[in-house]
Amino acid sequence: MTGTADTTSRSLLRFATAGSVDDGKSTLVGRLLYDTKSVLADQIEAVERASVDKGMSTPDLSLLVDGLRAEREQGITIDVAYRYFGTPTREFVLADTPGHVQYTRNTVTGASTAELAVLLVDARNGVVSQTRRHAAVLSLLRVPRLVLAINKIDLIEYDQAKIADIEREFTELTRSLGFTDDAVQVIPVSALVGDNVAFRSGNTSWYTGPTLLEHLESVPVDGPDADAPFRMPVQYVIRPRNGAESRSADASLGDLHDYRGYAGQVASGTVRPGDEVVVLPEGHRTTVSEVRTADGPLAAAGAGLSVTVLLADDIDAPRGALLAAASDVPEVTSEIDATLCWLAEKPLLPGARLLLKHGTRTTQVIVGTLGSRLDTERVSYAAAPEKLEINDIGRVSLRVADPLPVDSYARVRTTGGFLLIDPPTGNTLAAGLVGDPLAAVPAAG
Amino acid sequence: MTTVEETPVTAAVTTPALDALDALESEAIHVFREVAGEFDRPVILFSGGKDSTLLVHLAIKAFAPATVPFGLLHVDTGHNYPEVIEFRDRIAAQYGLRLEVARVEDYLADGRLVERADGTRNPLQTQPLLDAIAEHRFDAVFGGGRRDEERARAKERIMSLRDAFGRWDPRKQRPELWNLYNGRHAAGEHVRVFPISNWTELDVWRYIRREGIELPSIYYAHEREVFQRDGMWLAEGPWGGARDGEQLERRSIRYRTVGDGSCTGAVESTATTLDEVIAEVTASRLTERGATRADDRLSEAAMEDRKKEGYF
Repeated sequence: MTGTADTTSRSLLRFATAGSVDDGKSTLVGRLLYDTKSVLADQIEAVERASVDKGMSTPDLSLLVDGLRAEREQGITIDVAYRYFGTPTREFVLADTPGHVQYTRNTVTGASTAELAVLLVDARNGVVSQTRRHAAVLSLLRVPRLVLAINKIDLIEYDQAKIADIEREFTELTRSLGFTDDAVQVIPVSALVGDNVAFRSGNTSWYTGPTLLEHLESVPVDGPDADAPFRMPVQYVIRPRNGAESRSADASLGDLHDYRGYAGQVASGTVRPGDEVVVLPEGHRTTVSEVRTADGPLAAAGAGLSVTVLLADDIDAPRGALLAAASDVPEVTSEIDATLCWLAEKPLLPGARLLLKHGTRTTQVIVGTLGSRLDTERVSYAAAPEKLEINDIGRVSLRVADPLPVDSYARVRTTGGFLLIDPPTGNTLAAGLVGDPLAAVPAAG
Repeated sequence: MTTVEETPVTAAVTTPALDALDALESEAIHVFREVAGEFDRPVILFSGGKDSTLLVHLAIKAFAPATVPFGLLHVDTGHNYPEVIEFRDRIAAQYGLRLEVARVEDYLADGRLVERADGTRNPLQTQPLLDAIAEHRFDAVFGGGRRDEERARAKERIMSLRDAFGRWDPRKQRPELWNLYNGRHAAGEHVRVFPISNWTELDVWRYIRREGIELPSIYYAHEREVFQRDGMWLAEGPWGGARDGEQLERRSIRYRTVGDGSCTGAVESTATTLDEVIAEVTASRLTERGATRADDRLSEAAMEDRKKEGYF
């Protein structure tokens, strides 16, 4: 990074890693941090010290990321960790997710906010069942873009034919999961040696594609929500109690006596003054009179921006309401068909009474029948289970106490997603996806 | 920059991606509003340091033009720089925010806590903090912690449940999915909230420059009497000073973090403006904690261990 680069505007890419244990994920992440000079001298020293303590002769880059006591003791990653690095053009937030089967729930967690996922395979083993499982989860969560990093190519003597075989098998897999070819990039790398991570390798002269870092820097960051209809859950109603309360020097604000702003983060689409919107679930129709932030009024606000929306009519839109484009309104329903990623030790049984958090609304829910369960190993739907256990992905029908405005997850990631919560403990039990985002996947024989 | 060439109009019309600082700001504002909507008694931990000053700034933007619906809490070790305490009180007054102060010195005075042999008071903050949370029945406590600070913090959720003893259990964290935060807690438990989890030290400085946020003067280069210990420049104060063999010298220094004076070191610097500070942070080969926080060097897992006890 140079002193001049930081004055220009840079974009932010949120991405996740996934891969089996021992595919070298932590080493790859350590390599990315190291080669982008995001690791500072004291962190390197700490790693060198710890590596010597473990009797190693070279610094173990994976120690840069495995931070908890239990992780260092067992040499594994037990929880999602977030890492940060940057280049002159882009900043990166990396959700580094563990590869152990029992922590698949963390892949779901990392994937829920990712615009891209880097899936690792060991070049010696190629596509294995864990690769299929992770690719299925990434497809289910609608991560827009995938990278397959074929790691440890130094251990197969940079064998071009073998790498081409892995690429072919992986592309077949991602096509069957509904990824288009331009959403998938395959990159042969060696995290240990540094081949094609930040620097082009002299060992793969036949490879003409980008390095991993070049790809991360240049891939478009607009998710599938970019051209989706406008949605914004109302988080909070801003009502200054009197005009004198405002310390904003903002001249565009008139008399605050009647100010009533609906605060929220645009979930999808774009909102502009003059747009017709519907306030759900009640269905009142009105017009947006102003879109603003603390810095003043805006001509338009797109997905991801936290704004305050003012409406032309004095209607009730409390926390929990959803503002939606009047031209494209989500379904308001109390019967929801959904796909669940079950994240908790406690299994899900039909008839369970739980809480459901959707947008800014939390309501009661009764679980109906369980439908088919995803066999993540073979990536096909299997017969309905009696219960859903930790790391299971299954279809389910839900009845909610208050009708909710929902989109299918495949269409709008934010308003199609929800949490299931355990009332007595408050624990998050499941990631819920409205509809069947893996509709393309066939049922098992 | 070279001149931008005319690009052909493509069919797909997409919203331009948010600038990195706008995206981080929006995420933090979203978190503030979620807490305002779901909790009864939130409070912002405010020390007058750059991260907590950033929190106050973001909170003001989240609720503008109304005032921030939370107060401030400072756990004062009694080892703070006067410039920082003056700044703390002035900012609270300027924005009309109620400020509670929990004083470690009150605990030392009546014997509930005892001064440590090494003189540092950072670990002594935990009890006054937890007592203040219990006394005021705070159910959400905002902190300026960032995941880039330390490896254990890299694992911390944006909303992190603490039990009745204030403890953090890294193995029992709730998964955080999309931007849906689950803040449910039982009576007596509370949630620590970290709206700037995803910011780096450079993001903080760039944002401070962009927004013109005022900071205590100790963040900028000034001359001060300091002595060197374990490679850090420490100042003399009520917490003690140079020991045998340690030489007091007048140096041009600045602070990268604000903490207990006994264990927070300064770095040599001539950076008196935001641009100079940013250039210096960009070029630095040391993390802010590695450079200036003695308490994080105590053991491999010092931060993790303290967090399990209820520290931030």
